[in-house]
Amino acid sequence: MRFRRVLIANRGEIALRVIATCERLGIETVLAASEADLDSVPARRADRVVRIGKAPSAQSYLDWRAIAAAAKACGADAVHPGYGFLSENAALARGCREAGIAFIGASEEQLAATGDKWRAREVAERAGLPVVPGAIVQSSEEARQVIDRIGCPALVKAVGGGGGRGMKRISRPEETDAVVALAVAEADAAFGDPRVYIERFVTTGRHVEVQLIGDGHRLVHAGERDCSVQRRYQKLIEETPAPQLSAALRERLHAAALAFGGALDYRGLGTVEFLVDAESDAFFFLEMNARIQVEHPITEAVTGLDLVAEQIAVAEGQALRLRQEDIRPLGHAVEFRINAEDPALDFRPSPGRVSACAFPAGPGIRIDSHIEAGADVPPYYDSLLAKLVVHAPDRDGALSLARTALRNVRIEGVATNIAMHQAILDSDAFGAGGVGTDWFAGFWQRTTAR
Amino acid sequence: MNLTPEDVREIIQLLDSSPFDELHVETDRLKLTLRRSADSGWTQESRHAPRDSQARPGAAGPAAPATVLEPGMTAVTAPLVGAFYRAPKPGAAPFVEVGSVVGEDTVVAIIETMKLMNAVQAGARGTVAAICAENAEFVEQGRILFKLRADGA
Repeated sequence: MRFRRVLIANRGEIALRVIATCERLGIETVLAASEADLDSVPARRADRVVRIGKAPSAQSYLDWRAIAAAAKACGADAVHPGYGFLSENAALARGCREAGIAFIGASEEQLAATGDKWRAREVAERAGLPVVPGAIVQSSEEARQVIDRIGCPALVKAVGGGGGRGMKRISRPEETDAVVALAVAEADAAFGDPRVYIERFVTTGRHVEVQLIGDGHRLVHAGERDCSVQRRYQKLIEETPAPQLSAALRERLHAAALAFGGALDYRGLGTVEFLVDAESDAFFFLEMNARIQVEHPITEAVTGLDLVAEQIAVAEGQALRLRQEDIRPLGHAVEFRINAEDPALDFRPSPGRVSACAFPAGPGIRIDSHIEAGADVPPYYDSLLAKLVVHAPDRDGALSLARTALRNVRIEGVATNIAMHQAILDSDAFGAGGVGTDWFAGFWQRTTAR
Repeated sequence: MNLTPEDVREIIQLLDSSPFDELHVETDRLKLTLRRSADSGWTQESRHAPRDSQARPGAAGPAAPATVLEPGMTAVTAPLVGAFYRAPKPGAAPFVEVGSVVGEDTVVAIIETMKLMNAVQAGARGTVAAICAENAEFVEQGRILFKLRADGA
């Protein structure tokens, strides 16, 4: 069936992004907004707005019952969950199914398999993907045995975690008991699941992920993205293609992602994340994100695809419209996440009202943002203000375009991390390409010490 | 109607070869200003028209009642706007209770802003005399969270 009305259960730039594709496809949009977002730009742009609850996410964007009820009440054919919030929540997927509404995302079984990080590891191993040596542990005795086997440093990860949340490091074997006990307690409190597993800590790695699109029967990849510029596991800059990667390794990553998605008969947009050691040409499966990613626009820039449109099409039950040979990435694209946080004050969040706002425009420049003069940046949600995406025939051209474009971003009323992006662009290591996930912390320490 | 990014790109291509430095476009839902940048390229500023709703929300709901600070007391105030938490995580013991003795660096609460947890330090030495906000309550910057009685006062 073709969707005529879609409820968008999200906010900010991704809500606006989904609205834009729906407008192009002639689909009516209903925005599910919290009390704090009733006058946001996405709320002004959507065809209709329904209030789903109070400002704090737990009482609105994380309330799957309120979302499913709103979708039913407004007569929506489908719910688009965006990213974050309930985008990988099997309860919302089930709630939609029971209400006879399509969920624009992975199936309930796939969400269960990818949401349980240990189960996802098992799927990866069965599909022949390399995983970091590790094991699930149920007692401190087992934990000590694992540490004896794999050595230190090691990471304790929550089975219900993911995306860098719920990770703890064991630097010396004698710390094992204490760190595991703490990790179990925190995992139970944060995710309602006390299970943890231990993995060897790979000290120098890059974060490279592969975009998949599937219809449940057939699957294609849309290239990789390097997301190694991170601060505290939060991505700052992403680019495609991944720089300084051998063609052979790139192809092995694409094949591994397809093997993983194939093992799940994956439907929808999904991203398989890998830890890559470019020096030894080795890589390991990390996890799968069963949703659209923040950084999807760089893939769209080089492929010319509208990933949200493809996502909607397979959710409607259409067969995948793409063949692998149709996806021919062209040029180089980089995304810079502009956040309301102050790098001069240790990245302190800076909510408030935007007083003035101008963005660069022109060939090779794309801005995904829900910010304009007069817009409120509420303190309840994440700090993303805008994504600046540049696209040029090669990496040097893209970085040069980014320098000019960043100078033409003007956001007043809240602090932003634009100066941080400019400092990264001026650094030799980022200019050369291929930095690891540990690079930014040291770079920023040296930069601010000067 | 709304303008797509493709529309904006096409407008800029036309403007590039024109003598004009500025263009204003206005539809029923959107105002768009394109300006030639001093640097190079163009900038865009957009303003979406508000919905004709009466539901325009206040900034943060009703203001909390003001807390009065008695003589001999020091206030611990919220360093930034956000949700006030008395314990490091749900179910854990609160950082401090009435009667707890604190030093300047003692962490007395957490303020969650934009999904980040910010530790609040007492900022002064003393004994906690009153707790002036509810756990998980949303507080404005500068709101009094605790009253401290200076030691010996």
